[in-house]
Amino acid sequence: MTSVLGFAAAPESVFPRLEPLLMRVSKPVQYVGGELNSVVKDWSACNVRWCLMYPDAYEVGQPNQGVQILYEVLNELDDVLAERTYAVWPDLEALMREHGIPQFTVDAHRPVGAFDIFGLSFSTELGYTNMLNALDLAGIPVESRDRDDSHPIVISGGHAAFNPEPIADFIDAAVLGDGEQISRVITAIVRDWKAEGRPGGRDELLLRLARTGGVYVPRFYDVSYSPDGRIAAVTPNRDGVPARVSKHTLMDLDEWPYPKKPLVPLAETVHERYSVEIFRGCTRGCRFCQAGMITRPVRERSIDTIGAMVDAGLKASGFSEVGLLSLSSADHSEIGEVAKQLGDRYEHTNTSLSLPSTRVDAFNVDLANEFSRNGRRSGLTFAPEGGSERMRKVINKMVTEEDLIRTVTTAYAQGWRRVKLYFMCGLPTETDDDVIQIAGLARKVIEAGRQASGTRDIACTVSIGGFVPKAHTPFQWAAQLDHETTDARLAKLRDAIRADKQYGRAIGFRYHDGKPGIVEGLLSRGDRRVGRIIKQVWLDGGRFDGWSEHFSFDRWMSSAQLALADEPVDVDWYTTRERQRDEVLPWDHLDSGLDKDWLWQDWQDALSEVEVDDCRWTPCFDCGVCDTMGTDIQIGPTGRQLLPLTVVNGKNS
Amino acid sequence: MARVQRQPDARDVAPAVQRLRVHFAKRGRLRFTSHRDFQRVFERAVRRADVPVAYSAGFSPHPKISYIGAAATGAASEAEYLEISLTQRWDPQLLRDALDDALPPGFDIVEVVEPAPGAQPLADRINASHWLVMIGGVSTATLAAAVDAFMAADTLPVERVLKDGRRTLDARAAVVSLIVRGEPLGGSAHARLATGAESAGVAEIDRPGSYAILDMVVRHLTPAVRPDDVLAGLRLVSDLPPQLSPLVTRLAQGLLDETGRLADPLAPDRAVAAGSPAAAGEPVA
Repeated sequence: MTSVLGFAAAPESVFPRLEPLLMRVSKPVQYVGGELNSVVKDWSACNVRWCLMYPDAYEVGQPNQGVQILYEVLNELDDVLAERTYAVWPDLEALMREHGIPQFTVDAHRPVGAFDIFGLSFSTELGYTNMLNALDLAGIPVESRDRDDSHPIVISGGHAAFNPEPIADFIDAAVLGDGEQISRVITAIVRDWKAEGRPGGRDELLLRLARTGGVYVPRFYDVSYSPDGRIAAVTPNRDGVPARVSKHTLMDLDEWPYPKKPLVPLAETVHERYSVEIFRGCTRGCRFCQAGMITRPVRERSIDTIGAMVDAGLKASGFSEVGLLSLSSADHSEIGEVAKQLGDRYEHTNTSLSLPSTRVDAFNVDLANEFSRNGRRSGLTFAPEGGSERMRKVINKMVTEEDLIRTVTTAYAQGWRRVKLYFMCGLPTETDDDVIQIAGLARKVIEAGRQASGTRDIACTVSIGGFVPKAHTPFQWAAQLDHETTDARLAKLRDAIRADKQYGRAIGFRYHDGKPGIVEGLLSRGDRRVGRIIKQVWLDGGRFDGWSEHFSFDRWMSSAQLALADEPVDVDWYTTRERQRDEVLPWDHLDSGLDKDWLWQDWQDALSEVEVDDCRWTPCFDCGVCDTMGTDIQIGPTGRQLLPLTVVNGKNS
Repeated sequence: MARVQRQPDARDVAPAVQRLRVHFAKRGRLRFTSHRDFQRVFERAVRRADVPVAYSAGFSPHPKISYIGAAATGAASEAEYLEISLTQRWDPQLLRDALDDALPPGFDIVEVVEPAPGAQPLADRINASHWLVMIGGVSTATLAAAVDAFMAADTLPVERVLKDGRRTLDARAAVVSLIVRGEPLGGSAHARLATGAESAGVAEIDRPGSYAILDMVVRHLTPAVRPDDVLAGLRLVSDLPPQLSPLVTRLAQGLLDETGRLADPLAPDRAVAAGSPAAAGEPVA
């Protein structure tokens, strides 16, 4: 398979060869495409062809907002086509290898290797092995250096792209931040380069991308190491390649109301709803939260755009649920009006509204009430994150125990029956006692709930996972808690809850063991040497690391031992080791806008339990983002209204 | 503090005023959808088409749509049925067009009829299916010999994994008729029907040589005997290869008459709608 001639003729669909195999795999419908609002364009009428991948199973990847938005933004361009591919399960993989069927798109079942650009979106690092597998199935060499002009340019994006160093050997480029505009810039560069007859081949194309300053091309940066294993320097090795690569920030979300035509799956997926981002960014300043740090500043979508998108999205999809997404949805400056007016519009219609990611305060219960007009008041979720007051100061999650009790009391009094509380274990400076205090908190929640509701028929679920330090956060220097201590601490909490004779039975306890967190930690703060581990794991059969039934901690550890045998570093060095201020971090040359000195100060503030406010309501505290990126906070209130729409159930009445 | 008890308001639920019977097909690549997949897709199509479907009362209202049987995942079908209740009267033809437009190609509405009040339940008009099974890599002669042996057997116990564990079914008992169709190569109407136009190249690419077509009428028993079970039965009495990846299509469902043919389950409703006295229904197969 070669694309020297640019595949002027469309590559053959693999479907005729795939179809006879589909009866032999589980859930074959995920591979057939044909979803409502999917797009199949004429191959030969397009100059630039993108294949987009969310590197997980279809049921997880299909609802991903990032991929759906780019799919639409790119397909709107006349001479551009974008198709999608997802990770295939091992049963189909085996058959594809047996019958020589390459990784294919679900839209037109074209081989991934025939596209110009292969773009992968990583929300989590646990998709890295799936990327290698997809590349290999596509017939694309897994290592960038082995590719030639016939292969697609492999680009990664998504939150994990803020430290792409562990996959630097496998990708050709990475893009940081919002993809809407930069994807079109990349398209234009590829279009011109192809039109000019591909001068200088692949290397020249990558150089043109790198010189924009907005596309990171790992091969144009050399990494040198000190004898002790730390990075000595990261240096550009080509003229015109910037020392630091900047993230992209989409300003004015009202100008980009995507997705307009949401993809509606035939197969069952994890989120079957129409999702509208009501704002991007968050400046609450929770120190563990990478999303909040790398997506600054806050940019709101205005109430009338939200209203129009919800209306159009429901009509285009037939979904019966709307999700209003953001990192902290109740923080939208007009959320009260959004909730009330959407509640009015869809009352008595069997359309339900949901507002994930809410804060712990009574106002959120009011919002939840608006959103539950059509349905049952079953469960409300709050995320205090830290078990003790002290921990919440360390992580800058400003919720007092009084706040929490007041909030859940309101919720139970208004008919909610179940409250779910999210926590993290293994936060910096945490002791057993900080986590065991969660049991006491849950006990008070049940006590308050029984009083407020007048019934014993209420419950509280405590859900707790291990904390993983991430790049570009104040905790990027922190030591990750080892999995043995994490598991022991969680066991103590479980025992404390079970020992409570009076309330224990009303408290549910869900937790994740600490081992996957160590691998996630290795991948999220790793450098280029970690790539060898990823490849070794994949060669050893590692796939679908986000799935407990496929994840193998032992495989990761034995692969790490093998891959790092000649290095002065090991898994502990990457995970449980605290970094010093002067250490060159693997992602220092990737600019999220956050000032490293500010991050360090925030880390020191965390250790001394000093809280930081939100810059939406207090003066700027110089995190550095707006100055570096030339961006501004964009918030309301606008004072505008939702479009006055009447929803009619039925026509020809 | 006062205890708040929320109850759904019965007055919110509009009553159903019309019940319509829908005959639809599952074709081409959509044969890989499961029944649950179809349900979700159909309910969304109903919403997009603004069909005034009735909802059940209660805290989790669901649309009043009932499905009569369902071809298994992987089987295409020309004869699937459901009933839908509406809160406003709609012309059956209008509903047919609106739903057909809103559904993805491959889920196609064949016909919508309004049964007379007190009409016999649809389920009582269906007790068997007519299937067409395309099998690659097998010659017509081999298959014909297997069919003869199959029909000559008294019982043919085959195993299948059901929700409640392994069960043994009698594949022979359910089969009313089983014949091998003539040479299908070159694309007979039935072959096109079974595969859908998009996969016309299957036989040439993956299974050089011939493929054969089985035509069978199978009674609906509990647990159901599927075309796959009949193939398993054929394997018991012959040396058919184990991996056949057959293409299965249900051509019709209906009530078996004494000649072994199936009566169209919607024929009596159609006859009533047309003003003529309800006949027994013309044979469809």
